Amino acid sequence: MDYALIVLLQLVVTIANLALISAGLAVIFGMMRIINMAHGEFLMLGGYAALVSHQAGLNLWLAIFVAAPVTVGLIGAVLERLVIRRLYGRMIDTMLATWGVSLALVGVVTVIFGNRVSGISPPLGSVPIGGYAIGLYELLTTGVTALLFLGGWYVLRRTAVGLIARGAMQNRDMAAELGVDPAKVYATTFVTGAAISGLAGALIAPITGVAPSIGAVYIAKAFITVISGGTAILTGALSASALLGSVNTAFSFVMTPVLGEVALLAAAVLLLRVLPQGITGRFFRRSL
Amino acid sequence: MTHLSRRTLLKTGAAGAALGFGPAYLRLASAAEPIQVAGIHDASGGIDIYGRPMINSLTLAVEEINAAGGVLGRPIALKNYDPQSNMQLYTQYATEAATKQKASVVFGGIISASREAMRPTLRRFRTPYFYNMLYEGGVCDRNVFCMGSTPAQTLQKFTPFVMKRFNAKTIYVLAADYNYGQITTKWIRKFASENGGEVAQADFFPLDVNDFGPTIRKIQAAKPDMIMSVLVGAAHNSFYRQWVAAGMKDKIPMASTTFGIGNEQVLTSPDEHNGIVVSYAYFDGLKTPENEAFLKKYTARFGEKADAVTEASAMTYHAVNLWAAAAAEAGSVDRDKVILALESGLSFTGPAGKTTIDPRTHHDTLDTYIAEVRDRAYHVLESFPQQPPADTAAVCDLAANPTETKQFVIDVKS
Repeated sequence: MDYALIVLLQLVVTIANLALISAGLAVIFGMMRIINMAHGEFLMLGGYAALVSHQAGLNLWLAIFVAAPVTVGLIGAVLERLVIRRLYGRMIDTMLATWGVSLALVGVVTVIFGNRVSGISPPLGSVPIGGYAIGLYELLTTGVTALLFLGGWYVLRRTAVGLIARGAMQNRDMAAELGVDPAKVYATTFVTGAAISGLAGALIAPITGVAPSIGAVYIAKAFITVISGGTAILTGALSASALLGSVNTAFSFVMTPVLGEVALLAAAVLLLRVLPQGITGRFFRRSL
Repeated sequence: MTHLSRRTLLKTGAAGAALGFGPAYLRLASAAEPIQVAGIHDASGGIDIYGRPMINSLTLAVEEINAAGGVLGRPIALKNYDPQSNMQLYTQYATEAATKQKASVVFGGIISASREAMRPTLRRFRTPYFYNMLYEGGVCDRNVFCMGSTPAQTLQKFTPFVMKRFNAKTIYVLAADYNYGQITTKWIRKFASENGGEVAQADFFPLDVNDFGPTIRKIQAAKPDMIMSVLVGAAHNSFYRQWVAAGMKDKIPMASTTFGIGNEQVLTSPDEHNGIVVSYAYFDGLKTPENEAFLKKYTARFGEKADAVTEASAMTYHAVNLWAAAAAEAGSVDRDKVILALESGLSFTGPAGKTTIDPRTHHDTLDTYIAEVRDRAYHVLESFPQQPPADTAAVCDLAANPTETKQFVIDVKS
């Protein structure tokens, strides 16, 4: 019984982690059709922002929830202004440009911090469940991920900002006719996506540590999740995370961790073969 | 003095006339063409944590030898290559070192795959090669000298020691999924069963995996008496962090044959590493005059914040000195003469104590230690002087088969 519970919790944590590392990418891809190859580096920068501000004396929670998203959001704003803005609607070009940005970011961070893993121990300790235990911090990240998705849903569905954003994405010219400045909406969206990635990177940092090259560990999984999810930002990322996370966890438990990773990739390939538009291309089509 | 090349003679010009006339020759020859030496270690990428202290030791050893007048009166020109944790670059740089740089010797390689990438190349170009990282054993190649400790030298004593210390019968092994992890796990199985215990389960991980959640749950279900970690590289470091976060730190004790060889004791916090027991042929906490002198020089050269010296780093220092001593004894940097000199049972006493080249296996007879990590430092619990490379010796005899070139996968019967 305890074991079933702990396995279930692990499953939820794995799914939430996938959703968390994919969220920022999903926002940028889902709303702007921009494939942000620097997404892994945004996560990495979030980790460093939290780590550095915490080591400089900032409270850990402020470092994670304020310093990291603000820093990465600002970096996102600069990049949007200098690079992304010039390439709207040219998907291949944005891929190449953001790939270049990602290489540059890895280089700059390596020069500043050195190519080594730094980190802080996860706070909060653990909760015992029968004879087992699970880290409280891991459960907290799961909770934060849930709040993040709920918040996203609320903003998009229930607020004027969300309405304008959805409108500008659906029909740029019509929105412009109605007095919305699409450039502004796009910029805000990109910055929001970057800030969410920064928060995600900061949340993961105490569990895995940060290194300049750590983005590479996440980027493939984040891409697979977002592409498998399809066009709907929130439902897509969540449903793909749930599916791929379950496959990964199940195979890791029953077989080996190596096969867990393989199974995740194989499941994504199969899924895209059957549903080329991703999960939300067929199901939950009217969702966000 | 007859084996100087034509080019050297031309370059030294008039010095040629002075050849053979004692001190005058030495003075003049120090202006002679430098001896080319190559270092090929990852200074960046996922396994750079192992490479950086090795590069430091290599640099220090070469600078010392040069300050003392070089080898055979010629200075050493060291060129460091950074393969960036990329196996393809290892092969490329090994070729470059052998052909373009014309190195007389190569020091390098970290994970076994990088050694195996360079070995055939260096053998083909007849460039002697020193591999200084601890590894799974079994390399049998007359062109290669393996300075690091092998499982017979560490695990044979280490496994029963930790089983007794932690009162453990069942061991759960976590290992990196390549030949070091796989073969070391076999040795742990063997030594565990010889001592009345068993490996309950072994999980293998690709080098870039950094999520250990499912495995930690599995360990919780399996309830082993102890964990043996053979995890490798920066990504795997997060295991120690996640282990503490899951509240497992004080519940199941841990031993490792890889923790610390990349200075993990500096990168993790005391909460994460206190009490982990490890075994190597060198610890920077060794209180020998040679080690204290070495550490003083190392700190003076690279600063207080330099990467702490590891076994691989200390063995790199030994390797350079052994090679220089062999060249001096042979009176040449010619491959065959240097190898013959090294096979004469040459030894060097340095920071890691006395290391002697075993002529039959080209491995080291060395001292090994068991230590506990506490507050970023190692406290030596037990020492085992002059351990022979028994595992490799069981399969490799270069005196009988000098043309052997392979890495034996030692048949480990558990």
